[in-house]
Amino acid sequence: MTVKEMADSLGFKILNEAESTNAKKIGSVYCCDLLSIAMSKMSEEAAWVTVMSNMNTLAVASLTDVSCVILAEGVAVDEGMLAKAKEQEIALFSTELPVFEAAMMVGKAIGK
Amino acid sequence: MSDSIKLNYKITDEDFTRAGEASGDVKKRLRQMGCSPEVIRKVAIAMYEGEINMVIHADGGEIDVEISPEEILMVLKDKGPGIPDIEKAMQAGYSTAPDNVRALGFGAGMGLPNMKKYSDEMHIDTVVGVGTTVTMKVYQQ
Repeated sequence: MTVKEMADSLGFKILNEAESTNAKKIGSVYCCDLLSIAMSKMSEEAAWVTVMSNMNTLAVASLTDVSCVILAEGVAVDEGMLAKAKEQEIALFSTELPVFEAAMMVGKAIGK
Repeated sequence: MSDSIKLNYKITDEDFTRAGEASGDVKKRLRQMGCSPEVIRKVAIAMYEGEINMVIHADGGEIDVEISPEEILMVLKDKGPGIPDIEKAMQAGYSTAPDNVRALGFGAGMGLPNMKKYSDEMHIDTVVGVGTTVTMKVYQQ
């Protein structure tokens, strides 16, 4: 499943769609809010589900080249973060669902 | 050596939102130079952790990066409080990060362990009350 296919089918709110990552495959789902742990464990094809909503989340997403970031629990996102996601071409989604449920949805969709 | 590239970054303590710009820039350059994804990942993680440490603990500092065909050398220099007990600081899970920093997702006590894990060589020079210099190398081959 690609990022675009996930965006079209799972009903997450699209905060930033990135041309460059639309065709990127989602190969795994990863959940963790502690940035150092996430950074060292996430694989490149991960959909990262977190409630950590700040610039550093995007920095880690960018450095690790994850496929997309899904912000769970309806956490707030500020303008600066949206601008940064756009600038860094990071696919960013949000959902009211808790982390586990959001991750389950993606997991099922990719056959995990 | 003529075909090495030297870069210098000033890391300010002003705000956390800028942390990651230096490592992001190095990552971009390495990618343009055609370095292997594994090398890029190692450098990006090791340097970002170092950058964050400087912002959290030392009010910023300076990073010198030298990219040669053989290796990527990163020298991170700060005038912070120094590390009183390196052995303790190197333990996974040990952290002295304040609460406001933990609220941002840091403070897992994985900074220095990650730097060690993702670099091929790491050396710490630290003097309490004077500052810390961390030297890391990632081999290209």
